[in-house]
Amino acid sequence: MKLNVNGRERDVEVPEDTPLLWVLRDELQLTGTKFGCGIAQCGACTVHLDGRPVRSCMTAVGKVGEAKVTTIEGLSGRVTDAIQGAWHEIDVPQCGYCQSGQVMSAVALLTKSAKPSDADIEAAMKGNVCRCATYHRIRQAIRNASDSLEG
Amino acid sequence: MSNDRLDTTLSRRQFLHSTAAAGAGLVLGVHLPAKLSHAAATDAASGPFSPNAFIRITPDDIVTVIVKHIEFGQGPLTGLATLVAEELDADWGQVRGELAPADVTRFAHTLGPVQFTGGSTAMANSFMQMRKAGAAARAMLVEAAAAEWGVPVASVTVDAGRVKEIAGSRSKRFGELVAAASRLSPPTEVTLKKPEDFKLIGTHVPKLDTPSKTNGEAIYTIDVQRPGLLTALVAHPPRFGGKVKKLDDTKARQVAGVEDVKILPEGVAVYARGYWAAKQGRDRLDIEWDEAHAETRDSERVITEYRELAQEPGLPAGRRGDPDAALASAKTVIESEYVFPFLAHAPMEPLDCVIEKQGDRYEVWMGAQGASRDHTALADELGVPLEQVQLNIQLAGGSFGRRAQHKSQFAREAAHALQAIDGRAPIKLLWSREDDIRGGFYRPIYVHRLKGGLDADGKIVAWQQVIVGQSVQKGGALETMFIKDGVDLTSVEGAANLSYAVPNLDVSLHSPELGVPVLWWRSVGHTHTGYTSETFIDELLTAGGQDPVTGRLALLAEHPRHRAVLTAAAEMADWGSAPPEGRARGVAVHESFGTLVAQVAEVGRDAKGSPKVERVWCAVDCGLAVNPDIVKAQMEGGIGFGLGAALTGEITLAAGRVVQSNFHDYRPIRIDDMPHVEVRVLPSAKPPSGVGEPGVPPIAPAVSNAWAALTGNRFRRLPFRGARA
Ligand code: FES
Ligand code: FES
Repeated sequence: MKLNVNGRERDVEVPEDTPLLWVLRDELQLTGTKFGCGIAQCGACTVHLDGRPVRSCMTAVGKVGEAKVTTIEGLSGRVTDAIQGAWHEIDVPQCGYCQSGQVMSAVALLTKSAKPSDADIEAAMKGNVCRCATYHRIRQAIRNASDSLEG
Repeated sequence: MSNDRLDTTLSRRQFLHSTAAAGAGLVLGVHLPAKLSHAAATDAASGPFSPNAFIRITPDDIVTVIVKHIEFGQGPLTGLATLVAEELDADWGQVRGELAPADVTRFAHTLGPVQFTGGSTAMANSFMQMRKAGAAARAMLVEAAAAEWGVPVASVTVDAGRVKEIAGSRSKRFGELVAAASRLSPPTEVTLKKPEDFKLIGTHVPKLDTPSKTNGEAIYTIDVQRPGLLTALVAHPPRFGGKVKKLDDTKARQVAGVEDVKILPEGVAVYARGYWAAKQGRDRLDIEWDEAHAETRDSERVITEYRELAQEPGLPAGRRGDPDAALASAKTVIESEYVFPFLAHAPMEPLDCVIEKQGDRYEVWMGAQGASRDHTALADELGVPLEQVQLNIQLAGGSFGRRAQHKSQFAREAAHALQAIDGRAPIKLLWSREDDIRGGFYRPIYVHRLKGGLDADGKIVAWQQVIVGQSVQKGGALETMFIKDGVDLTSVEGAANLSYAVPNLDVSLHSPELGVPVLWWRSVGHTHTGYTSETFIDELLTAGGQDPVTGRLALLAEHPRHRAVLTAAAEMADWGSAPPEGRARGVAVHESFGTLVAQVAEVGRDAKGSPKVERVWCAVDCGLAVNPDIVKAQMEGGIGFGLGAALTGEITLAAGRVVQSNFHDYRPIRIDDMPHVEVRVLPSAKPPSGVGEPGVPPIAPAVSNAWAALTGNRFRRLPFRGARA
């Protein structure tokens, strides 16, 4: 089966119902995408399919088709720089384990709407659990990144 | 995880004593134990300079600080590196952090001969040790430069990563002095900086691990790759105490990718190429369990039994005055009962371990919080001397106490899983979220029964409290340290030593046994005693017609640090002012692990009519804040973690089976329930105390007190949004 991951064509031999998460982690050694729940409840496994955030733990690899898969390792561009810069600026991560997923969701949000309201932020980030509860800084960092993109 | 509070206090006193004796100069004799300085001699000119176990400086100018405490978000990697960098006068840009492997000979806790992280002690126990290590390295670099230039050491200084002549123009990079410094012997005495000369301590230095935790590069145990690695999943018994009776693994073995199935003491292990195949295999196991010795009660039945126990006093845990007489003569008596559920830690990274046989040696990768205990357990199970097991401590995706087990049960499971296949392939033992939520080692169920007495003036004259719940120390590694005369001090901490000047007090404890394994959970006993102390005092003050803040202050005359944080939080919240329409404020102040925290919560109602916390103001006194921003982050995180548990955290048992299984029914706090948080770190010259846990205890009572002010109802049963609240 062929997959387009981070701009590269990859060949994998796995059953079609294998979740994309485990193809990325166990077959392609792209370990930045994390496992937290396996049932689309925590967002640790968030990747982009054609720029859209999806939970890779519940995305069968057979359903990916031609869609371009982007993982945390393959993120780039203006919005990514703004988000990661904002994350650095106020030291968002604690244990860090959820943060790949948080960054993926935040980049997708700001790509779609550069000036999200607080309600937009909550709606976009609600699926990403952080057991360290870094939410306060996540909210702030998204606002800061949004401001920096405007400036 | 808890620690010996008494010893911590003792070492703080000793510290103050040395500080005072040294006067303004803070000159301390330092004897780095011989083993710490063993690496001083490095022959190769290009090799690193390792003046002690904690520092490695390489010719490329990089200063690597070896951090003996595990990093799971609470900040020791940056914090301990800051201490070294400060005394070394390194430039922060050249500093890196590295987690030390398990090696108790080099990396023991200063409290005793074990390597562990817990009880919010990392900074307190490392504060002097790491500074001395940095100062020793600095002295050796200075000595090397002075010798080369033929000048006295007193004429050489270090500034922002360069060694220079004070009066002259010569200077050298650290890297250029590595070879010469490596040939010197470490000093036996070093001079530490005066606090007013600190350049990094007390400032916001950027965290060392932020970049790699933002771009996916940070490597946790789950990310460790080994050639030929098999993923192992274990099917555990559905009831605690169950055992495998009969196994049919035919269908499991038919799954493509499944390599083997074995019975372990813990359950049935499926070995496969990758997690998905292992899970498919495990789902297809047909296991009959022997549940003759399994726990089969409902949690509700356990609570009923505890409530009955709470009618009678337990073992004495704290007493002042004559509480019986005071209650008998009180004008008003208020009684109240509180119920706390089991709580799972649910760290974001599920429990995991990579373990590999390499000839007659073993290498293990794990987020081991009780490093030396896990190391010993692994060697034990593998049947080899400690020296033949290399335990690499990995970054861990949270812990909250879960990764520190008395008997290293998880590390043993990993060893068993490897042995069962004769070590023929490296394995990654991985728990699913369901394994984690259903895996026990919970914060125990507790029931508290309280009685308070007020005199005719509304003054609090009596306080009687019965606590019922499993001991988290019983049968554990620290049992003799923490259980005195049958009383587990960590079950009554925060209650038996109630800070308020209530003249007559009686606190007692029942510690019933139950077949459910329990463990310390971020802030240990304070998770429940903080709640009862702070909501019951609030109730009594309110009944006596007193303001929650001024009423508390009046009872804290002997506790200036409590008063200071309480006053600060009240001021931040503008306590006297009217809250916005539809909201009310509540307050709580609590000491844990030597740190004082006060919080004011402003609470309204959500769409379903349950509490919605809008804002929290928090004041903290943790002694000297080495990195105030990390302190703030730990308060924010502690507030979110504690609030999540208070709102929705609850593990229940139905006929012994855990009802919840994943984040859909063991609901963590999410961004929409996270309040706006403001934190003030009070200035202090006292030595640092911990911050990982103390942010947790005050939030639930502060919210509960606000809810009572808003609605007149008090939450006596947690969680607030639970079916029975
Ligand atoms: S692992 Fe996919 S949402 Fe949790
Ligand atoms: S930073 Fe630890 S789970 Fe989010």
